[in-house]
Amino acid sequence: MGSSSSSMDHIPNAEELMQETGFSAAHLLRLYERFEFLDKDQTGELRPEDFGAIGGLALNPIGDRIISAFFSPGQETVDFPSFVRVLAHFRPNGTNRTRNGTQQEPVNSRTRKLKFAFQLYDQDRDGKISRAELLQVLRAMLGIQVTEEQLQSIAERAIQEADLDRDDAISFDEFKKVQQVSPHPQTPTKETPLHPTEGGR
Amino acid sequence: FRAGAAGIIERAGGSMEEEMEQLRSSRSLAGGEFALSDVFYFYKKGVESIVDDQVTQRFSSEELASWNLLTRTNQNFRYISLRLTVIWGLGVFVRYCVLFPLRITLAIIGLSWLVIGTTLVGFLPESSVKNWLSELVHLTCYRICARGLSATIHYHNKENKPQKGGICVANHTTPIDVVILANDGCYAMVGQIHGGLMGVIQRSMVRSCPHVWFERSEMKDRHTVTSRLRAHVTAKTKLPILIFPEGTCINNTSVMMFKKGSFEIGGTIYPVAIKYDPRFGDAFWNSSKYNMVSYLLRMMTSWAIVVNVWYLPPMTIQDGEDAAQFANRVKSAIAEQGGLLDLAWDGGLKRGKVKDSFKEEQQKMYSSIIVRHDDTNSSNSCSGNTEEQ
Repeated sequence: MGSSSSSMDHIPNAEELMQETGFSAAHLLRLYERFEFLDKDQTGELRPEDFGAIGGLALNPIGDRIISAFFSPGQETVDFPSFVRVLAHFRPNGTNRTRNGTQQEPVNSRTRKLKFAFQLYDQDRDGKISRAELLQVLRAMLGIQVTEEQLQSIAERAIQEADLDRDDAISFDEFKKVQQVSPHPQTPTKETPLHPTEGGR
Repeated sequence: FRAGAAGIIERAGGSMEEEMEQLRSSRSLAGGEFALSDVFYFYKKGVESIVDDQVTQRFSSEELASWNLLTRTNQNFRYISLRLTVIWGLGVFVRYCVLFPLRITLAIIGLSWLVIGTTLVGFLPESSVKNWLSELVHLTCYRICARGLSATIHYHNKENKPQKGGICVANHTTPIDVVILANDGCYAMVGQIHGGLMGVIQRSMVRSCPHVWFERSEMKDRHTVTSRLRAHVTAKTKLPILIFPEGTCINNTSVMMFKKGSFEIGGTIYPVAIKYDPRFGDAFWNSSKYNMVSYLLRMMTSWAIVVNVWYLPPMTIQDGEDAAQFANRVKSAIAEQGGLLDLAWDGGLKRGKVKDSFKEEQQKMYSSIIVRHDDTNSSNSCSGNTEEQ
């Protein structure tokens, strides 16, 4: 009789991945199936084009950046463990199981999540969001809907507000501070194992 | 309601504005200004679609909350107990050795009677007798075929049944939809002429009553198609045309974009909502995974096909409404009645890519959120800004 334990064997290093990322076996299996689905030519690795085939991503203004977040600099493919590691950033904080103390901080801690978001802006990884980088993201999100002047002024204001040490760029600490004003920081949360998937039926 | 074994995504389900407001811990949207955290909204949406997206979901079979003893729906379930295995084994025996032969026999009888019967009726001269006989033949055959699939059909609101000279539109899940609807009334089918067995059936059917079959070359020409259909409809004595405006099979959890071509023909539209009960068998035809024959075999070895069909009140195009808006209106009515999700996505996305205009839509929405008040602010700062960096 069919059981899903046989499919878990296909996943390389499943146990370690579960430990490292905190995903449950069921989640990991689900992600593996998704990975296989996206891997149209069955090479065992994903390329940027495979991501590009996803409808919701293709219409996302910063879709390209999100895709490149999965690929380490210089890499052209992403394998399943890397795929899962990136997605692990998005697990909700509350479901961390107790660690045995060997890890510095869990993969999906708030800081790590913010770091991930920071890197969406900071494409050259120099640790600061320059005005040019900010403008790039703004242009992506707004497209042709705003003029160049409007774009410049929006960027100007954002930098003035966040840039505390007046170096005309936003460092990671300044970025964190901006997010921390309210007592309930809202980081993108996903994958709550206890909740059913979206309804509407 | 869908509860997968591993609930992967919990969606907030708000508009772009609502979700962005939540993500902006520091500042509300009333100021209409950009905040660094706005990017979170887009990248959250992006990653969500990487893990699972609305469109691809619709083209694979619906997941069940609890297993229905069919191995094919056994995606996430583990080996549980010996007793369950025994019951499952019994189920296999019953389905394959008892039900399946019965159904195949019925299907063969039904189809052969359809061909023979319609050819015989075709020899008669045009008369009301001929029409009556043709209806009889068609109904009988479809009923036999439906039994051949163990289809249990519940029709609701029969008073709204499609009338002659009208157009019947329905959501599309499987080619069996045709059998389901034709069990309760006679329709003029629309479609492409195939070769082989299908072609034989099509050609004999058209002898007894006018269906609208197109050559492959004609299908490309929208104008030809529309005018032929229009001619059929305006002759009010002909049977209602049956059209599936989605253009492709969807997995019966949602209704995708209706192609407006069907709604440009004119005439009264009779919407019909079809909903299959997934617990007894998965009716969705995943044409990329199964061909027609293996699909039919799967159908005949399921427990049963249980369907609910709702006839909706007829609709006509209103003044000031164009075909696309009318199509959406009909689609929403069908989705609501059938308890299906109403999606704006094009079923063609099954095979094709997203148009750039969709991305522009997103950008437009975002810019309207933050540029609303910015116009006044930016003009001030621009005029006061002597240094351009």
